[in-house]
Amino acid sequence: MSGPSTYEPNTAIERWLDTRLPIVRFSADLMAFPTPRNLNYWWTFGGILAFCLGVQIVTGIVLAMHYDASGAGAFISVEQNIMRDVNYGWLIRDLHATGASMFFLAVYIHILRGIYYGSFKPPREVLWLLGCVIYVLMMATAFMGYVLPWGQMSFWGAKVITSLLGAFPVVGKAITTLLWGGFSVDSPTLNRFFSLHYLLPFVIAAVVGLHIWALHVPGNNNPTGVNVKSKTDTVPFHPYYTVKDGFAVSLFMILFAVFVFFLPEALAKADNYIPANPLQTPPHIVPEWYLLPFYAILRAIPDKLSGVLALAGAIGMLFALPWLDTSKVRSMRYRPTARIFFLVWIVAVMALGWCGSQEPQGAVIPGVTGPTLIDYDINSVTWLSRIASLYYFTYFLIITPLLGLRETPLPAPDSLYTPVLAAPPAASATVQA
Amino acid sequence: MVDSLAQPADEAAGPEAHSRRDFIHIVATAAAIGGVAAVAWPLIDQLNPAADTLALASLEFDLTKVALGQEVVILWRKQPVFVRHRTPKEIAAAVADDHASMKDPATDASRTKPGHEQWLICLASCTHLGCIPTFAQGQYGGWLCPCHGSVYDTAARIRKGPAPKNLYLMPYTFLSDTKIKIG
Amino acid sequence: MTRIPGALAAIAVAIALATPALAVTTQTPPLSVHWSFQGPLGMYDQEQLQRGYKVYREVCSACHSMNMVAFRNLGDPSGPFWDPKYPNPNDNPVVKAIAKEFQIADIDNDTGDAIKRPGTSADYFPAPFANEAASRASNGGAYPPDMSLLAKAREGGAAYIYSIVTGDGVATPHALTMPPGKYYDPYMAGDLGANWTGNPNDVPLGGVIAMPPPLTAGRVTYDDGMKASINQEAYDVAAFLQWAADPKMEERKQTGLAVLIFLLIFSGLLYGSYRTIWREVGH
Repeated sequence: MSGPSTYEPNTAIERWLDTRLPIVRFSADLMAFPTPRNLNYWWTFGGILAFCLGVQIVTGIVLAMHYDASGAGAFISVEQNIMRDVNYGWLIRDLHATGASMFFLAVYIHILRGIYYGSFKPPREVLWLLGCVIYVLMMATAFMGYVLPWGQMSFWGAKVITSLLGAFPVVGKAITTLLWGGFSVDSPTLNRFFSLHYLLPFVIAAVVGLHIWALHVPGNNNPTGVNVKSKTDTVPFHPYYTVKDGFAVSLFMILFAVFVFFLPEALAKADNYIPANPLQTPPHIVPEWYLLPFYAILRAIPDKLSGVLALAGAIGMLFALPWLDTSKVRSMRYRPTARIFFLVWIVAVMALGWCGSQEPQGAVIPGVTGPTLIDYDINSVTWLSRIASLYYFTYFLIITPLLGLRETPLPAPDSLYTPVLAAPPAASATVQA
Repeated sequence: MVDSLAQPADEAAGPEAHSRRDFIHIVATAAAIGGVAAVAWPLIDQLNPAADTLALASLEFDLTKVALGQEVVILWRKQPVFVRHRTPKEIAAAVADDHASMKDPATDASRTKPGHEQWLICLASCTHLGCIPTFAQGQYGGWLCPCHGSVYDTAARIRKGPAPKNLYLMPYTFLSDTKIKIG
Repeated sequence: MTRIPGALAAIAVAIALATPALAVTTQTPPLSVHWSFQGPLGMYDQEQLQRGYKVYREVCSACHSMNMVAFRNLGDPSGPFWDPKYPNPNDNPVVKAIAKEFQIADIDNDTGDAIKRPGTSADYFPAPFANEAASRASNGGAYPPDMSLLAKAREGGAAYIYSIVTGDGVATPHALTMPPGKYYDPYMAGDLGANWTGNPNDVPLGGVIAMPPPLTAGRVTYDDGMKASINQEAYDVAAFLQWAADPKMEERKQTGLAVLIFLLIFSGLLYGSYRTIWREVGH
């Protein structure tokens, strides 16, 4: 839907600039971009994500002014210098650490919206792929960022995850030595993680630029999944969606503020307040909550290499989704059967997340011991992980392709406006929130 | 229900024309600007010296370490400082020149504390380009800067050479006759 | 139907928050105690912090370091010796007097020798042992952890510290044999199966702690006259350690309240803006 530009330079300065670098035209076109008028609040998470990226970059650059990336000095530079001595250092650090969790919360809702409303379907496949790339970059950035405070969990989480690469035959050991810069996770690893952690957010920002460009070619999807047919289907992005996104961001900020100011330790791990000690393994090594589902999939498979491949495959499923989904109908609003399988998938992912936080031999139903199946009790966290992982892969590889061919969807409306016009007479003719 | 299909408000004149200037938009924008300013302050203030730097902002020094006619150079806020125990002859020479012509006129009394004229405490950084001047060199018996030849007298006032100002003074107080607190 | 993903997202967050790291408990959960600083508006009790500091100074500092806390921090806002007359804690006379009580390792400027000199407000609490190896050698192989962040480095925080300290060496059941120089603590994580000679189904919760019971009644004489029972001493030192780990808590909560009030008003204004703009348009 990127039509001709509607911008008209008004002043002499604007005309002068427009013929040399049409930057005002560019932003005016962005602001005037025709956006479907029926977008609901699930569509505000793109703006919320941009806000989160901005917060992380600004707070991160400030933290880097006070951080010492050496094995000897990192923990002290964070817990003594930044948290106690730097003016407002505690606030900036808490914003950055909590902001990472808020960033992932928003990205998961954004992804769920994309799957539910079929925003990944043609012609938006590249938009979806770029989003997957951003997600992978986010996970890498967050993983490296968590190592930087150099607490027990930072060190051991880094050790466990980087050791995974040693699972590859032949080249595994060479890869891990190269990555570590030594024979184990140590100061050289920390230093390079800091450099890359500073770099990747700007790579993310560049890919976000491509993501928005790829969005603006076909234009936004909308809750009906039906294409925009005429100008009356859309409103200009500014002020309609700039203000709506702003409102959503301020609500998001309320949740953010509750965590930063009143629950800063809720998402933190106690062990990370102990300086890294290579001679002492913490009893429970757990990644941050947003990586738990993948951690559970990794641990579900006893063989190390297979576990790594399953982890990669789980992320790869997202990349493959546009080609796995055969449905002609975009939005699950009109696909009641697909909706049910999708909701079960969400429950499976949440179950995987819970499993990732537990010990592999822990009981799912407390106090109940069942027969041992192969290597673990059937009531163990590991077997729940295996069942949920099986559903995870089945959903993408079997259910999604089959559903498009077998289901009977509800009739989709002809245009964006049909649901509005078909609203019962009791409803007001003006705003339907 | 044609109203619901009306064009967005910004295109129409008439009743919708005031929408841009609606009071609610002005208040919301003002609140947003206030919010941004409140957020910007911590991001700027974090550049200011941190609490551990400020803790070292003051230094207490025991003057009994400096014999009559000698000086020590100490570090205060990571900068060198002269603490000079002047002899009566040096004090007299400085006072005598109080009204001599010099680049940066100052009386000896303005550069010392009353009752403690034997103590001259100033930054050991030549006001030309920052070298540390050598003690008791130069024709006035004060200091001579080896880098470009600036000559200071016994009150650390610039008398000859390229330096524009007298050696800088900084705030200090006498906690007792033998102890000072600098900064 | 679009509401359901939202509800599920909210549940996901709730699960993430509520899940403790451990599925299998090996120790008694910490005692439930009321703290002046608990809850969204809780603040430190300055007199309690002063008493807690005294317990740290006279009992704990013999073995436990507190490397990240400087003497001047005691005079910071919400700290035990904060005095509004001295906004700069380096000028606070109580802080300076406390600092002078400690001998700090330093280098003599003239001779270059290693010396000890009285502390100033800018110095940090000195460690009782030169390094971890020396600490372990003096404590039977165990390393008394640094206390700067202890309340944050343990699940349960101040309640955990209070429980561990009061639970140390409590009546050890007959069938439990502790190794020499170690004590039974029901709040310490561990597996006592190997030390238990009783019914294998009734292994007591708790673990082995290397610290001898640190507190006795009246061990510290409080300046404000409060009765120094073991529970009181433990309660006060736990509150002090919570302050040591989180000295900015009061500032954080006060700023948070102001931020939330602003955001609620701001959200309301933006909602008004939003409804005004969308009034004429079918949604």
